[in-house]
Amino acid sequence: MSASYLSIEQVSIEFPTPTGPFKALDEVSLKIDKGEFISLIGHSGCGKSTVLNIVAGLHQATTGGVILEGKEVNEPGPERSVVFQNHSLFPWLNCYENVKLAVDTVFKKTMSKSERHEWVMHNLDLVHMTHAAKKRPGEISGGMKQRIGIARALVMKPKVLLMDEPFGALDALTRAHLQDSLMEIQADLNSTVIMITHDVDEAVLLSDRIVMMTNGPEATIGEILHIDLPRPRNRLALADNPTYNHYRAQVLSFLHERHSKPAAA
Amino acid sequence: MSTRMINFFESTGLNWFVPFIRMSKGEKPGEQLSIILKTIGLPVFAFAIFLFLWDVSASKVNTSLGQVPGPSQVLEQAQSLVDEYYAEGEKESAFYARQEKRNAAKLAKDPEAKVKTRTYNGRPTYLDQIWTSLYTVFTGFILASFIAIPIGIICGLNQTIYSALDPIIQIFKPVSPLAWLPIVTMVVSALYVSDDPMFAKSFVTSAVTVMLCCLWPTLINTAVGVGSIDKDLINVSRVLRLNWFQKLTKIVLPSSIPMIFTGLRLSLGVGWMVLIAAEMLAQNPGLGKFVWDEFQNGSSNSLGRIMVAVLTIGFIGFILDRLMLSLQKSVSWDKTAVIK
Repeated sequence: MSASYLSIEQVSIEFPTPTGPFKALDEVSLKIDKGEFISLIGHSGCGKSTVLNIVAGLHQATTGGVILEGKEVNEPGPERSVVFQNHSLFPWLNCYENVKLAVDTVFKKTMSKSERHEWVMHNLDLVHMTHAAKKRPGEISGGMKQRIGIARALVMKPKVLLMDEPFGALDALTRAHLQDSLMEIQADLNSTVIMITHDVDEAVLLSDRIVMMTNGPEATIGEILHIDLPRPRNRLALADNPTYNHYRAQVLSFLHERHSKPAAA
Repeated sequence: MSTRMINFFESTGLNWFVPFIRMSKGEKPGEQLSIILKTIGLPVFAFAIFLFLWDVSASKVNTSLGQVPGPSQVLEQAQSLVDEYYAEGEKESAFYARQEKRNAAKLAKDPEAKVKTRTYNGRPTYLDQIWTSLYTVFTGFILASFIAIPIGIICGLNQTIYSALDPIIQIFKPVSPLAWLPIVTMVVSALYVSDDPMFAKSFVTSAVTVMLCCLWPTLINTAVGVGSIDKDLINVSRVLRLNWFQKLTKIVLPSSIPMIFTGLRLSLGVGWMVLIAAEMLAQNPGLGKFVWDEFQNGSSNSLGRIMVAVLTIGFIGFILDRLMLSLQKSVSWDKTAVIK
């Protein structure tokens, strides 16, 4: 079997608690190809974020590991940049400076000053935010903040882009705009993306594969659904597409029939 | 121009000037007038009532130093203190003029003659004493800040160190300056030994006492500010692989700056209060010593003069607080936060 671009291999994690170790993930294994868009979906508390954090290197797996291009992941790094749910921009810097900080740290030695400036402006343009470059995060809307968050993650030229419910806190219209932007960007750059989501439509629209997780504790991958829809995808055209609706129904049935959250009943 | 003035007054917390500027520009004069009545008319009215009650009740109390002074007597004493300042200034310049004249005459007679230049040794005037007090409080305050901010940052970053230091901080925080003073006096006398001291011992004692009391608000607020940095921001720094120093300068300090300045403002307020007590006992030639000397002096003017000092202390404290407030507002990145 050929080595894949990113592989998550039999990852389990235990967190120490006063009543003994709590096993959050059990033997999660997943292979991801370059340029693939993966969604992780599951009920809250099922350990989706933990998987993402292990890939990011923010958590350490208890057993198993993550291999990216033949190298094991041990610590966080810019080649696996993260878009956090609540944008996590530095409130004391303006949008340009927020993105610039990342460029300055990551490419200090490899890019000249003017190249770095160009690169920041290019990425602000990519997320359609050049007009607000001088504004602080407190002065722009939630959707705009998340665009800057994505720009900050993209400037690091990541091998994998990790997104932790990036659009979860946004209203439906803004979310649709950002999903379209993300699809364009991903088509342009052919980025490899792992995205956590709660939103079934979002998962089907954006993903090449949807990874559905069982409920925790000892959560693991329940099912993987290949989304075989041609790109570019158009949300209006897909609304009446029977294949699209079939995929939606499959995800919904996984979440609500076979693995409905016991406590939520 | 006028917008800049409005911004200035708003940032310094002197909002009551704003409607005047607006009115002078002809901006809805009726509305501005009602704002003026509310923001200035009411406080002035309350102040008038205060003066009236003060006047009435003061005249009813007789002490061994005569009647408790009312507002008019206090005003009289304030005037006499200012007069003394000018009189003292004239005396001083007269002294130097005489000395210069004498020396010039000596030199004219014999160019080789040795000329003595003496500095004027007059009594410190009230304004000199205010100056000494300000100088002392800022020395203590700045010393305290240099100690408290780094320790606060360390405590905020490291929960273990914070738990270790917390009991010490909590025990020393409520200690009054009056309890510190004897110890500080003895320690300063023992350690600060020099034939030609750069600072007077009384000054060092007062400044150190102020410092001991200024430490805590800054330390605690810094620790809380650093400790409450958003965890996601720390994660961003890990993804960017910032080193320890970059993390400190790019994330920890900027994000805790508003809390640090809240602490500094509280500290300066505490320091100013403590200073007066410290000066009284340490005999540092500032406002505290002035009050004490007047109390010991016991003339019929003493109570009025002390009252002038009380009002001066209050007014300077208020100005210091406004200064720190505008500083705090200018460094705060969260412009939506209401700082009062």
